[in-house]
Amino acid sequence: MNLALRDIRHQKSRFIQTCLGLGLLLGVVMSMSGIYRGLFTDATGILNATAADLWVVQQDTSGPFAATSRIPEEIKYRIRAVPGVAQASALSFQNIQSERHGAPFRFFLVGYELGGMGGPPIIVAGRPIRQKHYEIVVDRAMKIGLGEQLQLGGDDYTIVGHTAKMVSSAGDPVAYVTLADAQKIQFKDDNNAIRNSREKLASQLERLPVLSPNQASQLTPQIAKIVGSTHIANTVVARLSPGADLAEVQDRISRWNHYRPLTGKDQEHILTEGMIKKAKMQLGMFRGILLVISGVIISLIIYTMTLDKLRVIATLKLIGTRNRVIVGLILQQSLLMGVIAYVIGFVLIALTRDKFPRRWDLVAIDLQLLFGIVILICIGASLVGIRKAMRVEPAEALGG
Amino acid sequence: MYAVQIENLTKIYGSGHTEVVALADATFDVAPGELVGILGPSGSGKTTLLTTIGLVTEPTRGRVVLDGEVIAEDGWPPGLDLKRIRREKLGFIFQAHNLIPFLSAVENVMIALENNGFGAKEARTRSIELLESLGLGHRLNHYPALLSGGESQRTAIARALANQPRVILADEPTAALDTENGKNVMGLLKKLAVENNSAILVVTHDQRMVEGFDRIFTFSDGRIVNETRNNV
Ligand SMILES: Nc1ncnc2c1ncn2[C@@H]1O[C@H](COP(=O)(O)OP(=O)(O)O)[C@@H](O)[C@H]1O
Ligand SMILES: [Mg+2]
Repeated sequence: MNLALRDIRHQKSRFIQTCLGLGLLLGVVMSMSGIYRGLFTDATGILNATAADLWVVQQDTSGPFAATSRIPEEIKYRIRAVPGVAQASALSFQNIQSERHGAPFRFFLVGYELGGMGGPPIIVAGRPIRQKHYEIVVDRAMKIGLGEQLQLGGDDYTIVGHTAKMVSSAGDPVAYVTLADAQKIQFKDDNNAIRNSREKLASQLERLPVLSPNQASQLTPQIAKIVGSTHIANTVVARLSPGADLAEVQDRISRWNHYRPLTGKDQEHILTEGMIKKAKMQLGMFRGILLVISGVIISLIIYTMTLDKLRVIATLKLIGTRNRVIVGLILQQSLLMGVIAYVIGFVLIALTRDKFPRRWDLVAIDLQLLFGIVILICIGASLVGIRKAMRVEPAEALGG
Repeated sequence: MYAVQIENLTKIYGSGHTEVVALADATFDVAPGELVGILGPSGSGKTTLLTTIGLVTEPTRGRVVLDGEVIAEDGWPPGLDLKRIRREKLGFIFQAHNLIPFLSAVENVMIALENNGFGAKEARTRSIELLESLGLGHRLNHYPALLSGGESQRTAIARALANQPRVILADEPTAALDTENGKNVMGLLKKLAVENNSAILVVTHDQRMVEGFDRIFTFSDGRIVNETRNNV
């Protein structure tokens, strides 16, 4: 005969209410682990989709995600020539904020070379980009249908394909265009600014005594083309051939001036340690606090349930019931409360999961760990009640 | 062999000027099958007598032998398993409120049997038989809150009897009952003493019940001041 269940059956509503409350708390704890996992997945989404061994960025920066990095696109040729490098492509990244249907509209634009690395990993609808210009692949989350147009930098781009769940480390959906288009969008100064800087350049050249006016007017467009070059990328990513030594390739590139070769691991470290560590600590603290609160609630409830039963416990002792039966009664109630609350929390979270604005991932190990912690909390919480119960004298059953 | 032997049993509560001698040098024996009444004014030590015999209160001095086993010799012998003796040799009946409220009548009896190692199935069968024999066949699955005073008391008696203990200790079992039910309960105890050959000690205030006892001890200030024997 199970006394724990019979006692609970006798005061169902209090027990169920407590379980519901605890379930909500545990649900929040679970969602926090999930949010952290989601942050992690999001932060490393583009990194993992690119699957590069090396990320060559501007010297003294930790680009291209955590800091600004600008390097000439041409460096990719030099990198391709390094022994051990199988493939290298330039990539451009930019945040775009525009308006669509009157609402602000943010996304992260990746420019990649057709056939190169860093393009959309999986197309879930439509097709990849085939034309060098004016085609764009967007994430489904941007809610723009295939065949629709999107205006960027004064040009209209046609949506040809959709990706799913691709977001930037900031959580914005990702769109893809060719590198050439991305550069065009990124460096599209307004025409006045271009004309002004050309006129300024021309007048400076004309004033140089070594140049004839004719030479000056011929040099102006050449120089303007060099200094105003839009062949800029944010990073060049490289994949090594099988068996190549990563450290060796890295070492070689780092000896060049102006560039910093980061490994995929380095990038992961920068993204997760640097960018989301605080978020992790924050969420961790929060989880800790909520678990402590759960523990306090469970022990309070178990303690009051035990206080309500002191006479019952005294009677049980009087008729010779073994201590383990009495301990079992309290411990089982505590554990049952924890397990039911855990299940309620899980169901709640599973049901509401899709309604969260940002990704969050339920990871089995997180859930198992939490379950273990909940069990430990229940055992700990029951100790106060058990201690109280053990001190009850059988004589207390005799008083009127 | 006697079911209960007590010798110079003494219980002193507190010490110094708060000292209360609740029980002083009580000496008597109870044979199996004997129904003994304990009478006396409030505070005369009746409950203390039962709780020292029942291993609930540790006596200060004196000796108690229960069914051949020494359970007190100037205090409890070290290492004595109080709970084992309580569940194997003793049955307790008190005023109505000592049923476990979240267990049905039949479960309240079952728990005593399960304490002694009976499986749930056997415990249930025996409990039902016992309750039926006490006229509670129609109340098996009722919770204590839904039982009348007499029904509660009979359920408590069933629980006390479940393990056929050598000694039953009853503290004012009829106090909460009307005359009719009180008489019924006394009749039941009498029948049990005879049929089960148990020694039954009943504390009562109730003069109406005295004819039923085989022997009556009257207490005053912790001492036995009178002993009478009813001839059957
Ligand atoms: N736990 C206790 N602590 C101190 N004194 C007690 C305790 N229990 C009983 N007494 C005292 O012992 C005396 C006998 O009490 P009790 O055995 O309950 O008498 P009765 O049952 O005859 O009314 C009383 O004076 C009572 O106040
Ligand atoms: Mg009393």
